[in-house]
Formats: sequence, structure tokens, C-alpha cells
Amino acid sequence: MKVLVAVKRVIDYNVKVRVKSDHTDVDLANVKMALNPFCEIAVEEAVRLKEAGTASEVVVVSIGPKACQEQIRTALALGADRGIQIETDTMPESLNVAKLLAKVVEAEQPQLVILGKQSIDADNNQTGQMLGALLDLPQGTFASDVKVAGDKVNVTREVDGGLQTLALNLPAIVTTDLRLNEPRYASLPNIMKAKKKPLEVKTPTDLGVELKSHTRLLNVTPPAERQAGIRVSSVDELVDKLKNEAKVLRGG
Amino acid sequence: MPEYKAPLKDIHFVLNDLLAFDLHYRALPGCEDATPDMVSAIIEEGARFAERVLAPLNQTGDKEGCQFDNGNVRTPTGFREAYQQYVEGGWPSLSHDAEWGGQGLPDSLGMVINELTSTANWSWSMYPGLSHGAMNTLEEHGTDEQKQTYLTKLVSGEWTGTMCLTEPHCGTDLGLLRTRAEPNADGSYAISGTKIFISAGEHDMADNIVHIVLARLPDAPEGTKGISLFIVPKHLPDANGAAGERNAVSCGSIEHKMGIHGNATCVMNFDGATGYLIGPPNKGLNCMFTFMNTARLGTALQGLAHSEWGLQNSLTYARERLQMRALNGPAAPEKSADPIIVHPEVRKMLLTQKAFAEGGRALIYYCSMLVDMTKHADGETRANADTQLALLTPIAKAFLTEVGFESANHALQVYGGHGYISEWGMEQNVRDCRISMLYEGTTQIQALDLLGRKVLMTQGETLKSFTRVVHKFCQAAEEDPKLRAFTGPLAKLNREWGDLTQQIGMKAMMNREEVGAASVDYLMYSGYVTLAYFWARMAQAAQLKLAAGEGDAAFYRAKLTTARFYFERILPRTRGLVETMLSGASNLMELPEDQFVPE
Ligand SMILES: Cc1cc2nc3c(=O)[nH]c(=O)nc-3n(C[C@H](O)[C@H](O)[C@H](O)COP(=O)(O)OP(=O)(O)OC[C@H]3O[C@@H](n4cnc5c(N)ncnc54)[C@H](O)[C@@H]3O)c2cc1C
Ligand SMILES: Cc1cc2nc3c(=O)[nH]c(=O)nc-3n(C[C@H](O)[C@H](O)[C@H](O)COP(=O)(O)OP(=O)(O)OC[C@H]3O[C@@H](n4cnc5c(N)ncnc54)[C@H](O)[C@@H]3O)c2cc1C
Repeated sequence: MKVLVAVKRVIDYNVKVRVKSDHTDVDLANVKMALNPFCEIAVEEAVRLKEAGTASEVVVVSIGPKACQEQIRTALALGADRGIQIETDTMPESLNVAKLLAKVVEAEQPQLVILGKQSIDADNNQTGQMLGALLDLPQGTFASDVKVAGDKVNVTREVDGGLQTLALNLPAIVTTDLRLNEPRYASLPNIMKAKKKPLEVKTPTDLGVELKSHTRLLNVTPPAERQAGIRVSSVDELVDKLKNEAKVLRGG
Repeated sequence: MPEYKAPLKDIHFVLNDLLAFDLHYRALPGCEDATPDMVSAIIEEGARFAERVLAPLNQTGDKEGCQFDNGNVRTPTGFREAYQQYVEGGWPSLSHDAEWGGQGLPDSLGMVINELTSTANWSWSMYPGLSHGAMNTLEEHGTDEQKQTYLTKLVSGEWTGTMCLTEPHCGTDLGLLRTRAEPNADGSYAISGTKIFISAGEHDMADNIVHIVLARLPDAPEGTKGISLFIVPKHLPDANGAAGERNAVSCGSIEHKMGIHGNATCVMNFDGATGYLIGPPNKGLNCMFTFMNTARLGTALQGLAHSEWGLQNSLTYARERLQMRALNGPAAPEKSADPIIVHPEVRKMLLTQKAFAEGGRALIYYCSMLVDMTKHADGETRANADTQLALLTPIAKAFLTEVGFESANHALQVYGGHGYISEWGMEQNVRDCRISMLYEGTTQIQALDLLGRKVLMTQGETLKSFTRVVHKFCQAAEEDPKLRAFTGPLAKLNREWGDLTQQIGMKAMMNREEVGAASVDYLMYSGYVTLAYFWARMAQAAQLKLAAGEGDAAFYRAKLTTARFYFERILPRTRGLVETMLSGASNLMELPEDQFVPE
């Protein structure tokens, strides 16, 4: 069984995010970039499936400028077998990503596609779902457990009400939640081997996809600075303040 | 709780902008694998491991310490698991020969990774650090069979190593050591004696411990010319090469000490333990010298580690702690007081730490490039690297640990009273740092080595190998008006360095005590000038980037500002040192012993 994993290059979660002075976007100049943590979990899950003998090959795809090859190498160092970069000048929006991935899926014919449920830069939480719709494949989002059984995959999902387990027919699409697994550290020999693993570069034109903008970024502003807290002396005072000052409680 | 973030930006600055590691690796046979993208990927993963696995165990390791129970040592909670992860990650093998299971990467890259693990958790890092010493010994002097049996296990990290030199009556003066090695019929030796202060001598992190022991053969000459090196494994290897029968070496107790509580400092008793000779008989100390430089650079790193740890945390504190108003009026009027980073004297403490941490990094990485050259280059390049390394090693070891301790003290001071309280972690940083000026040759011994053995005994040739480098740099940069503030004073000091050496040399011809009396001042002076060279070069590198409009301009401007701070606020310390080092031996030697504390 072949597993395809999509990975994204994003600002490192440790970095204090700054907005450009002209408010056109987040300032990415000279900041540390990393593999999106949810994608890292997706890679880990795929590698575990391979180690368990369930998967035979793990292919990672990333879309973006050349620098995103670093994240592909990271995934290869974690245990993926080969990489595909789809070269674009900027990071395309979700629907474009989904369309590109759909073409890769058609070409590669994986039984399982694993994606992060969202990327920590845009937090859109939609690429996996869009991919499912484009390919008309079953999807299991927010996975906290994935078990392949014959021609099905059982996916436990973290939903508002608790946990829901679905049996999906393969091929299927899974998006990962935080508790699915704890990603490993890449070992030194594997970092060195990653360099020798195949990495293929394609363009959207190769895949026959035309990138279109469906959304427009108007303005980016940093969140308001948090005001200093206050200490209340009793529960009554707290309730009073929540009612009358914060106005988040009503009635009595 | 104190925190650690790998200073990747500065590390990359030193590797790429300052020292051009990519060119260095390309020019070295056997280092082709270390391409820039590979180097960066390795450093990034090392950083993750250091930040997430090791740093959280630093303070808990100090609190819990090592526990001794009937010959066994339990390391602090989490140390063992972290070590297993380190081994699974393949990190012990980084810079060792592929033939023995290593990755064959350059030593200098190992040094970068060591900086990360060492800063995150010095006590923990000493366990793999000591193994490194044992591996170097075996690599240089072991037979193929010894390498097959011991080196491969150390390279994989399954076993760890120690260096057993010190005895109760001798630390500095190893010529006095008494541990005996009696030949056995099968060609092995029976080792008997007591070693003290053996770091990582006993622990629960690995299946076996390989002790490298200094001892005397029965017919050995007195003094340092009668010392041989032996491998004494805790468990003798069985037929399959695994840890087998227990050898007659045991841990008698562990020390209760000022700092590095997470690292076991052991009394090791050898009761006729089976040992195997490494290298030629009676040449043990010579054998040790061949890799002493690397071991000492490892301790120099400790000075950098505590500077960096203190800097990062005291900076965070200084930006949050509100106390008094800025002298020219409130900087944060909406707050009850200003953050203490507005106060000039707090800034001085922070900048001093920054100057020593970043300057120290440049010096150590430079030295580690020289180490690469001594291993992979040949001809004149190699000889030159050897000579420079001989000079710079005692400077790096003693100077960086002395100023590392000063830095750690500043970090504590920035925290005010809270610096003295355990939970903030700053007093631990001071305690942990203190040992660095003692082991691997005390500051005094490094100073004698520098001035006596390295500089005067070679009639200044060793010194010239480096002052020539400084001179060339100053000359080449002379035309650049933006750098003149650095190259001018540096060129002057560089000349003075030679003059001072001559003056002391002259006096020493009449009285050998003049060497001892000038030695530590001379060493510190040498350290300040050496660091000035690296700060001037960093200013140049930053200036070039700014002129080209490349990279993070704020970062490069900060380099220039810090360089100026170093030249105007730190470097003048050399003035006092010149005066004291030339003041002669008599002001030290005249006082009768019984008048130090009059009765
Ligand atoms: C925590 C810890 C870990 C250690 N780990 C190891 C280890 O793993 N393996 C190992 O073998 N050893 C180890 N040591 C021992 C360490 O290397 C010695 O303590 C060190 O070499 C100093 O020796 P000493 O303690 O005998 O001091 P001494 O040699 O007695 O020195 C006492 C003082 O006299 C000064 N002095 C001595 N001779 C001269 C001179 N000629 N001129 C000027 N000043 C002089 C010294 O600088 C020092 O200030 C460790 C020690 C400690 C405390
Ligand atoms: C063991 C111990 C015992 C103590 N006993 C007592 C006691 O019995 N009674 C009592 O009342 N208190 C006591 N203290 C408190 C002690 O007096 C304070 O810790 C001390 O005054 C420093 O204040 P702080 O800790 O708030 O540091 P801070 O005031 O926060 O200072 C932090 C750092 O900023 C520097 N700084 C602050 N303002 C400026 C400025 N304007 N310009 C330049 N630098 C500045 C300080 O020098 C320091 O380096 C004790 C503290 C300790 C640790």
C-alpha cells in the first residue's frame, strides 16, 4: 500500500510572529521556518504504517518555492521514501493546493492520503476536505487514531461531542489531529540518508493546473495587546464583574 | 523555570558569514558530505533535541542529583531515557570514522552539536563528552582489535567511557601517580589503585563503561616518563563482544559537590582489575597529549554554554522585571515602573554576557576548524593549524571559562535577589560553571602551559602563528574607514602582545619565577586580544552584509554595536593586565609564608 503525505513549510511555532509594517502580510523575512506540526504528525503516522508492514512506500509532497525542499528533506529524514515538490512562486491558497494534490493522487494512486488537519500559519482547516471533494474519496478528519484493516481504514475522530470512529473504504483521505501520535526525532544517519533519496520537482503546468486566486488578503493586523489582569477578592465580585463589566454573563 | 532556545541565527552567522564553513568543508578531503543544507538539517535536529529533551532536565537534574547505593549510581530522573534517545538518534557517532560505525562528519560540526547539548544541560552532556575522550584515545592509539571491541560500542553509544587520571595525592602533577599495572600471563595487566573525581565513572545509562586509566608498569621510570595507558572495562567483553563478566573495578562513593549534580563524580577502586595496554609502554602521557586539545576545547565550550544560558534567561527577566524609572524619564509610563533593561548598568551586564557568548562561539568554532585541518589536511596547512591550535587551546580553555563564570555571575545579578534563589536557576548556572576553571587543567596550569611551554619555549614562534593572522587581517581591513575603530586598536594590541612576551622572556632568563608570576595575567590579556580579533572580524562580516543589503539588517547592526561595546568597555581591561603582568615576581614571592596570616 502506498501512502501519500502532504507537508507544508510554515513559520516555526517558536517564532514570535510579526506583521509587516505596511500590513500586507506576516513578515517572513529572516524568520525560522519549519515543517507544519500537523504535517509532521501525518508523516509520523505514515512512517509507522510502513514500519508495521502495512504501507510499502511513503511519498511526501510539498507545494511552494524551492525552500520547501527543506521540509521535504525533513520528512525524508523522518522515514518517508521519496519526495515531490510542486514549484510555485508563493504559497498558493487551499483550493489550488487541493487541485494540485488531486493531480498527484491521480498519478501516484495511493491507497491513503494523510494531511495535517490545518497549517499553523493560516489555520484554514480545509485542504483535506477540498481534496476529498475533488477526488470524491471518503475522508476522516481530525484523526486521533488510524487503523488499516483490509480494504478499510478505521479512523477515530476528535469531534466536539467526544470521539467518533468511522470505517472508510480505501483509498481514503485522513487529516491528523494533535493526539494522533508523537513525532519522533530524526536520527543522524537518516538525516544523511535523506539527502540521497529521490526528490522530483514539478510545476503546476506539468500537472495541468492553472492557479487561480479566489480570495484576496486585504489587511493583516496583529492582535490587540493583552491588558493586565486584575485580582478579585471573592466569587461574588467575579460574578459581578463578569455581568456588569465584561458583560459576558446575563440575568441572575 | 529557565529556558533554552538554540541560538541558530548566531550559529549560522559564525558558520556562514564569519568562517565560511562551506568553503572549509569543500577544501577538506573526507568532509564532502557536510554540504550546507546537510549541516543545517543536522544542526536543526540537534537543536530540537537539546531544547526539548535536554533543557527540561537541567534544573530537575540539579535538584535530584545522583544517588549512590552500594556501588551503583542512579542518575537523575530522565537522564537515562534522554541518553537512549541520543543513542537512537545516532549522535555519538557523528564525527567518528565510518570504519568503526561513525558518520565520518567533521569534528567542527560535532562541536556545534556539542554546544547545543552542553548549553541545554551541561551535567548530562558530560556523559557523552567523556565517551568522546575515550573514543579519541582508542582512535589514535588502539589496535584494530581494541577498536573492534571497544571503539565500535562507544561510537554506537551502547557503552560510555571515562578518563581516569586523578588520584588522591595528584591532580595537576600526574608524575606522582601510583596506580600499578602488573603483567598477567595472557598479556593483559592487573590494575590496582584508587582514582578519584572520575566523571561518569559509574551510572545507569549504559550496559558497560570503558575506563581509560593511567597507571605505572612495574619497571617504569619515575615521574611523567613512566606512565602508561590502559583500557579497563567495567564488564569484560564476552565471546560475542557483549558486556560479560564483571571486572574488579568498582565505584567506592560519589562526591557531594558545588555544582554539576547530575553528573556522577566517582571514587574508582581498581583491585587487580583486568586491563589492556593502549599505545607504547611508558608513553601514556604523550599519547594523551595528542588529543588533549580537543578535550580542552570541550571544556572551553562550558564557558560559552553558561554564558549563553545566563544571557538568554537574564535577558528575558530584564525585559519583564519592572523596577525604578529610566534616568531620562519613564520608558513605559503605563506601567508601575520601567523594565530594568532600561538601566545602563543592567545593559552593561547583559552586553558583557553577549560579548563573551558570541565572541566565545567565534573562537571555539575557529579552533574546531583548526582541529579539522589537523585531521584532514596535510603539509603546511596541517602544521600551521597544529601550531595555532597549540596556542589557542589554553587561551580558549582558561579565558572562556573565567569569563564564562563572570557572565554567569552577571546573569545572577540581573535577577536581583531572585538570582540567589534556586527556583530561578541562575545560582545553579553559577555553581555548574565553577568547575570549568578547575578540571582539564586549572586556569593556573593553562597559563603556565601558554606562556611557558607554548610561547617562550618556542621563542615566540607559536605566538607568531596567530599574531600573523591578526596582522594580516588588520592590514587588509586598514583602508576601510568603518572598521578603523576596530582594526586600529587591534593592530596596536597585537604588536604589544609580542613586546610583552619579549619583556617577560628577558626577565625569565634571570628568574624562572617571572614566568609563573606573569602567567595568568598574560593568559587573560591574550584572551582579550584574541576575542578582539574575532569581534573585529564579526564587525567586518556584518558590515559586508549591511553594505550588500543582504539578510537581517537589525541583526548585523547589533553585531556592530556589540563589537563597539567590546572594544570600548571590555578591551581596556588589558591596560590593567599589562601593568600587573610586568610588575615582577617579587611582589608575590617576598612575603614569608608565616606572614600570610600573622600569628
Ligand atoms: C567535579 C570534578 C570532575 C572531575 N573529573 C575528572 C575526570 O573525569 N578524570 C580525572 O582524571 N580527573 C577529574 N577531575 C580532577 C581534576 O582534573 C583535578 O581536580 C584538577 O586537575 C586539579 O587537580 P587537584 O584537584 O589535585 O588540584 P591541585 O593539583 O592540588 O591544585 C591545587 C591548586 O594549586 C594550583 N597549582 C598546582 N600546581 C601549580 C603550579 N605548578 N603553578 C601554579 N599553580 C599550581 C592549582 O591551579 C590549584 O589552584 C575532576 C575534578 C572535579 C572536581
Ligand atoms: C537571601 C536573601 C535575604 C534577604 N533578606 C531580606 C530581609 O531581611 N528584608 C528585606 O526586606 N529584604 C530582604 N531581601 C531582599 C533584598 O534586599 C532584595 O532582593 C534586593 O534589594 C534586590 O531587590 P530585588 O531582588 O527586587 O531586585 P531588583 O530590584 O528587581 O533588581 C534586579 C536587578 O536590576 C538592577 N537594578 C534595579 N534598578 C536599577 C536601576 N535603577 N539602575 C541600575 N540597576 C538597577 C539591580 O541592581 C539588580 O541587578 C533578601 C533577599 C535575599 C535573596
